[in-house]
Parts: sequence; C-alpha cells; structure tokens
Amino acid sequence: MTGNPFPLGKPELLEAYRKMRTIREFEERLHVDFGRGDIPGFVHLYAGEEAAGIGIISHLGDGDRIASTHRGHGHCIAKGVDPVAMMKEIYGKRGGSCEGKGGSMHIADVSKGMMGANGILGAGAPLACGAALAAKYRKKGEVAISFVGDGASNQGTFLESLNLAAVWNLPVIFVVENNGYAESTSRDYGVAVDSYVDRAAGFGLPGVTVDGTDFFAVHEAAGEIIRRARSGGGPALLECKMVRFFGHFEGDAQTYRGSGELDDIRANQDCLRKFAAAVTSAGVITAGELTAIDHQVLGLIEHAVVQAKAAPLPTAADLTTDVYVSY
Amino acid sequence: MARKISMKQAINEALDQEMARDPSVIMMGEDIVGGAGGNGEMDAWGGVLGVTKGLYAKHGDRLLDTPLSESAYIGAAIGAAACGMRPVAELMFIDFMGVCFDQIYNQAAKFRYMFGGKAQTPVVIRTMVGAGFRAAAQHSQMLTPLFTHIPGLKVVCPSTPYDTKGLLIQSIRDNDPVIFCEHKNLYAFEGEVPEGLYTIPFGEANVIREGKSVSIVTYGLMVHRALEAATLLAKEGIEAEVIDLRTLSPLDIATVIESVEHTGHLVCVDEANPRCSIAADVSAQVVQAAFGALRGPIQMVTPPHCPVPFSPALEDLYIPSAAQIVAAVKRSLGGGRH
Amino acid sequence: MSAAAITPIVMPKWGLSMAEGKVVSWLVEEGTAISVGMPILEVETDKIANAVEAPDPGLLRRKLAAAGEVLPVKALLGVMAPPEVSDAEIGAYVAAYVVPVASEGDEVEAGPAYQWLEVDAIRVRYARRGDESSSAAPVLFLHGFGGDLDNWLFNLDAVAAAVPVIALDLPGHGQSAARLPGAAALPDLARFVLHFLDAIGVERVHVVGHSMGGAIAAQMALAAPRRVASLVLIATAGLGAEINTGYTEGFVAAATRRELKPVVEQLFADPTLVRRQMLDDLLMYKRLDGVSQVLAQLGSKLFGGGRQAEQPVLQLAGSRVPMTLVWGRQDRIIPATHAAQAPRGAKVQVLDGAGHMVMMERAGEVNALILAQVKDQNAS
Repeated sequence: MTGNPFPLGKPELLEAYRKMRTIREFEERLHVDFGRGDIPGFVHLYAGEEAAGIGIISHLGDGDRIASTHRGHGHCIAKGVDPVAMMKEIYGKRGGSCEGKGGSMHIADVSKGMMGANGILGAGAPLACGAALAAKYRKKGEVAISFVGDGASNQGTFLESLNLAAVWNLPVIFVVENNGYAESTSRDYGVAVDSYVDRAAGFGLPGVTVDGTDFFAVHEAAGEIIRRARSGGGPALLECKMVRFFGHFEGDAQTYRGSGELDDIRANQDCLRKFAAAVTSAGVITAGELTAIDHQVLGLIEHAVVQAKAAPLPTAADLTTDVYVSY
Repeated sequence: MARKISMKQAINEALDQEMARDPSVIMMGEDIVGGAGGNGEMDAWGGVLGVTKGLYAKHGDRLLDTPLSESAYIGAAIGAAACGMRPVAELMFIDFMGVCFDQIYNQAAKFRYMFGGKAQTPVVIRTMVGAGFRAAAQHSQMLTPLFTHIPGLKVVCPSTPYDTKGLLIQSIRDNDPVIFCEHKNLYAFEGEVPEGLYTIPFGEANVIREGKSVSIVTYGLMVHRALEAATLLAKEGIEAEVIDLRTLSPLDIATVIESVEHTGHLVCVDEANPRCSIAADVSAQVVQAAFGALRGPIQMVTPPHCPVPFSPALEDLYIPSAAQIVAAVKRSLGGGRH
Repeated sequence: MSAAAITPIVMPKWGLSMAEGKVVSWLVEEGTAISVGMPILEVETDKIANAVEAPDPGLLRRKLAAAGEVLPVKALLGVMAPPEVSDAEIGAYVAAYVVPVASEGDEVEAGPAYQWLEVDAIRVRYARRGDESSSAAPVLFLHGFGGDLDNWLFNLDAVAAAVPVIALDLPGHGQSAARLPGAAALPDLARFVLHFLDAIGVERVHVVGHSMGGAIAAQMALAAPRRVASLVLIATAGLGAEINTGYTEGFVAAATRRELKPVVEQLFADPTLVRRQMLDDLLMYKRLDGVSQVLAQLGSKLFGGGRQAEQPVLQLAGSRVPMTLVWGRQDRIIPATHAAQAPRGAKVQVLDGAGHMVMMERAGEVNALILAQVKDQNAS
C-alpha cells in the first residue's frame, strides 16, 4: 500500500471531491431543468470549472470574503452556501438564499463571506478591495478574493482595483478564471497580452498562471498566494486556465466553438475525471468511495430540486421589503 | 444656541467627532489629506477646498488618500461597508459619478434588496454639488435627481451649518448607503451650531419661514434664494412659506402637502436641470395627492435645459435668481381659479 | 414741565439673547390711563410672542412704534406723560431719545450673556445678571424637567433690576452636559446645585424653582437650610404625588415637530404661545447626543410609575424657611390643587388664566411676587 503523495489528507481529498461533484451535479441538473423550461431568467453554469473554485476556496474560512461573478454557483457551493437554499433562490422562491429577490446572478450569503454573485462584470473587484481593507483594519490575517473572467479582466473596475490593491498593499487575490471565452468572443481577440502575469506585473503585483483543470496545481498555487497575503505580503493575481462545459448562458447555441471542441473538453479536460484518476491511481481513495459520494450528491441535488419546486413564491407583501434597513 | 461656524467647519467637526466616537468610521478620497508619498508636508490640502483639513493629525491612518480611481475606491468603500465598517468616501465632484456610478447604483443600492434583507451597506459618499464657482459644465452640476431616482439610496442636501452637521452625523450612523451633497457655494456660509454631537432625522423637511400666501419648496443653495425672494414678496404683502426639503430620499412630502393645503399655491425651485428634476417630482406628487387644494398652477423654477456655462455672465443667468422665484410666485397667484 | 414727568415705554429684553423684537399690535389707544401690569402692546421675537405689561402707571400720550416694525431692545415704543406736559415737550423728548447700548459703566450689560463651568465633572451653562459685588443674597433660578435657563426669559432682567440673579441649565438640560450627578435623585441634584454655588463662590441664595426645579430647591433647603434664604416655588413638584407623566413621557418620546407640538401645548393655558421657534429649539436640544437617555433616566427616577417619588416641600413643614408658592389654575402638568398642601406660613397665589408655565404667562405678577419675597428677606 503506497502512502499519500498529496499535500492533503484523505478526508480533505474526499471533501474536495464531494464539493466538486456537488457543483457538477448542481449545474448539470440546472442544465436539464432549464432546458425543460422550469427555471426563470438567466443562468450561467460553472460545470467544468470546479477544480479552480474548490482549489482556491478550500483555503478560506468564513472570515475570508469572496466577490464572485455572474457564473457564481460554484463559488457559492465552495464557500459553504446551502445548495438547497441556492436552488430555491434560482427558482425564485421564498426561503431561497436571497428570499427569491436576487436570483441566479445575485446569490449571496454574507454570513459565509460570500459577497454575492454579480450581474455586472468586473464589479466585484473593487468590492473585494473593500473587504480586504476591512480585513486589514481587523488584523486577523483574513483575505479577500475577487473572481473575474477573462472578459471582465478588461473592465476598468478590475484594472483600477489591481492598482489600488498594490498602492494600499491589500490582502486581496485577483483570480482570473480564463475559460477562453468572453461570452462568444475568444480571449485571444479581447485581451492584448498573452499572459495575465504580464498584466499583473504591469500593475505592480506578482502573478501566477496554473492549469485550472488540475485541482492540485490550483490548490498549491493558491495556498502560497493566500499565505503570503495573510501575513501582509500584499495582493497577487492567479490565472486559472480552464474550460466551461456549457455556453455563456443557458440557451447559448455555442456556434463560436470549433467543431469537436465541446466533445474534446468533456473527454480530455474534465477536472473531476482528472482528480479521480489521480487519487485512485495513487491508491489513496478507491473508485467505490468516489461512487458512493456521487450517489449521495445526486440525492442531495434531487432533494434540493424537490424542495425548490415545493417552496412558496414570494407575495405582494414581499415586493417592497428590504429596500432599506430603515426609511 | 451655540457659536457660529461655517458649513465647512460643521462638516469637519461632524467627521472629527463621529470618528472619535466610533472606531469603525474611516474616510477615503482624493487628496482628503494631501501630500501622500511626496517630500512636502502631509495634510497639504485636507480636501480640494480644505474641508477635511486637520483630521489626519487626529485620526491618522483612518484617513486614506486614494489614487485617481473612483470606481475602485468608491467600490472599496462599499465593499468595506458590506463587511461591517462605516466608510465615508468622498466623490470630489458629483459630476464624476459617471466613472463610478455602477458601484453606487447597481451594487451598494441593491445589495440589501437583492440579498433578501441579509446584507447592509452603511456607506456615506460625500460629494460637492452646484454652480456659481465658474467651474464650468463638468464641475458644477446638481445631479441629485439621478441618485434620488434609485431605490436603495438615500440623498441628503442640507442648506445650513446646523443641518449639515446633524445630517452628516445621522448619515454616518445610518445603515443604508447615503449620498451626502455639499453645495460648494455654501461652504463659507455661517450659522449657529452646537458644540457636541447631535443628529437630525432623515425625511423631515424644515419649514424655514412660515407664510400663508404661497409654498416655496426647495433645497440646498436655492433655499437662500427662496428666502431672498420671500423678503421681496413680503414688501408687496405676499407672505411666502419656504420649505427646505433637507433630504430628497426619503422625502417629506407630507410637510409639503400640509403647506399647500393652507396656501393653495406651490412653487418648486431646483438647481438641477428641468427634465426629471426634483421640482418635477415634487410637483407631480402634490398634484396627485392634493389637487383640490391647489388654487393656481404649480410653477417650477429651474435652470434651462443646457449644461452649466463657463462665462460668469452666462452662469449668473443659468442659476435661478430670487427675481425669477418672485415672478413664478406671481404667476401661480395670478393664474388660478378662486 | 420737566422731562422727568415723561415715562418711556421701551422694547423689553426677554431672555439673554434677545436683541430685537417685532411690534405686533397695540392693545390700548393714545389717551388711555395705564396702570401697572396692564398689557399695552403685543411683541414677537423669533422665540416667543407676548404682551408687554406696563411697568409704570401713566397716561399714554404717544404711540411711536407701528405694527410690523422691528426695533432693538430698549428702543422707544411709546411715551406716557401727565396731561400738563405739552406735545412739543414730548416731541423734543422723542427726538432726543437715544437707544442705550451696553455702555461704559453699565455693569448690568457687561460680560458675556452665558458662561460655562465644570462642576463634579459635569459642564454646565449659567448666566448672572445684576451687581455681583452686592452683599444681598442673589436669586437663583432653577428650571423644570426638559427646560433650560431661557424658561426665565421674562423674569431674569426684571428681577435683576433689584437684586443680582443667577440661572443655570441643570445637568442634562439646555447646553449643560448630558450627564446626571450621582444616582440622579433629588438629593443628588440638590447637592449638585450646592456644589455649583460653591464653585462660583456664592454662600447663600433665594431659590426660585419651577416644577422639578422647585422640588430641587426644596431639597436644597432641607439639606443646607442656612444656605437658602427663601423659596419661591412655581408650579412645583414635591408637594404631592400626581404628575402628568403623559406629558413627561410624551416630551421624551416626541421625535418630530408634529409630535412635539401637542405635547408642549399642554404646558400653557394659551396654546397659541407655542411658536415654531420654541418647538425647533426644543427639538435641537432633544437631538443632542445623550439627552434622550438622560431625560428618560431622570423621568423614571423622579416620576416612575406615574407618581412623584419624593415630596420634599411637604418635609419643609416644620422648617422656618420663608416660602411663596405660585400656581397657574389651568396647570395640566402638576395640579394647582397641590398648593392646598403648602406648609403653614407659606404665601400661596393661584393665578387664573395661566398653565404650568405661569412664570411666562403671568410674568409681571410672578416677578412682583419674587421681588416681594426677596425684599422681605433681604431687609430682615
């Protein structure tokens, strides 16, 4: 029996898998239900990107904050937001994370340090700087993470935030989830530099690029950057090169993809398959243990959907509540 | 009451005393201290017009000078507020809202509602408003209507030093995002202000002059023009009631309606451009709620639908004058059914 | 005929900060015989409106001020003179009249209107009027719950003409610090006022107390009888159990002008005396940090459960302190019937047409009663 070659113990590996699988099944189920017409509004699915979200967020506690994107379900689950409440929210029901008033693009749970998915691209970066500033005054070594996509990395808010974080030496990490597409426009078109590390350097921050489909690579790189930020070493940028399995939004025909691209992604760049292969071939976890988790997760997702469908809708009385704390 | 100080000193005092009382209050803005990173003195400016001078000496690193990045630092103030601090960020001129408006109206204003009542954003954004400084089109606007329009924001615009200090302290203690408007042409205006801490509730208009002939409703610098107009009108036996709205959101429309119910005439004066202005908003609300009380047509006195001009000759024509307010009162009194 | 026969009617000074007043209307015609205390014209300041009562008798010969005119304190409003004095002499008098300004050697006007002092770590505002070097015991004015020294605006200058006066904002009131001494009960408040007198070097005073101030004054007489020359207790607390806590609690709770108006109107027999500026000044005071908490604490200590907790005036029954009690019959805060419980030997006056703020509504008569009490004691 070989020892555990990974930097995480078996329980943590199982937990990482469980969380990634939860995201995967949550998103796959939404894809199906959306296709059936059950889900109102827009959803943007994180399937395929799990390793980046979990690889980074597994280093965080409730006191650390994250500011997410429009594609925020994965960040929510990673940060510990209740998937049942999330599903209710996506269905627009009372008892959802935001009582049905935010929807998929605005799921938040401030008690878990999840400052919200955001419908405005790049808007989370300044907010994360603010969270990092608050952390600095609190002096408990807490950090903030700003997730942006490759497209949003061009927003003025993001670029200004890189500079501000460097000027104020904030404990904030900017994660560029580079899945190659800003909606339908390829990253190669929209971003003039090849490497985000160059962008970071241009603003006075250190930067690292990792394979976002490799959980262990993300986990290691993120761990080092976060440790540095916690001890006052300042901000940094982490680029995760990854793939998304679905379109920009559900309903996107994805004709901007090359032929065979989607099949290739599913076959060769599935971060969960890679993780499973790594841990089983090292003999640390058995395939059976992973399958057991898969079944439990599917049960949880089914339960979440049943709960969401059964939950009540908000009423007219809820329409104008909580605009202000007091007015 | 107490001693007389200027509106500028009232703002400085409110910030100083409230920061001393509450350690979660921090401030940020461009040159609110001044001199950062250079070889000269710190607190070189204390704000572009010196409003925050002297605070750095007392509160040190709770005042942060920022790079020229409104969307980043206004957003950071909002993010810090969402994490439990009480930041007071300065947007130097309200005219600059364009470069950071998303953080204000899509983020701060909407967090509480979008997150089902489970978040609060106690941020104050102090900003200079108004014309009369020959600062031209991009540094002289009264953009209060744009913020008043947004559910989730509160908008405050005081006209006296007493109101300024009390409303600013109230703004800092309030748990919602507040846009605190300071008229640059009132900074030197003096009035009696208590030495200690005090608050004034939002949503309370001030009947600054009582009268029975006409209700003149306004805010900010225009309160003083309205009072000048009231003095002129009194010589002709017309007694104007002047109402200072003080807070535009929440708005004390009840006081306006109560006044119109006994005068029967309403003139709304607003330094904002006429389309979708506060004057238009108040007028429509009064018509809907108190049509029967009106004995003459409502009049709105505003600048024209044009940017603020540079030339002093033109700027003086742009800003509503006491004479224009007097004329509007007479139109309202003359144009009605009896 | 000498000009000594001509008596000017001048703009009065109501309160320490009044500089000018507006003539609203004359209440009498030229040729009327005026008696002392007769209301002769209505004057309005930004704080209050009231009738000017004639301080002297005479024949009203000339009305000089017109309705609507705004004139400074001590400006000539009218002239009284016996019929023998000619119109020409009156004209000459009027022409030569100069409004006296705070002149050299006029000690009454010298010095700031208000002063500050720290007593027992509480900063208080106070005012002194009259000749401080006089050996006569000064008159100390103590206001009531929620009030301040400006409650005495119709009384201070009138009394100061004869004897030096002192008035202070009690702790938690006016512009004094929003903190209470000790346990905030009557003995603590009385002790505080005695310490205040120590701090300004005054040994012995006549105390004029209104409402809660009256109870404090009585407590001072119980605690330090040799320091209290006499008492004038106006609508005083401390003589019975009843008190309108609907008023005291309503006063504390009112957060807006709309809420405060009906509460404050209960203080007067004539509610039209409650002007906008009075309400604004009260709101400005109530909105100071700490004031609401202090008033709530004081109210529950003194009037908790809807009853007055202590009756120090009743305890003065055996003492020899000279005492005058004044009440407005229409008092809706502390019933005028309490006056019937006055200690034997006290002079009692219940005035018709006045409410709880009788020292404002019937200032002339109250001032006369105060001066009578004080002269009586200072002479002995």
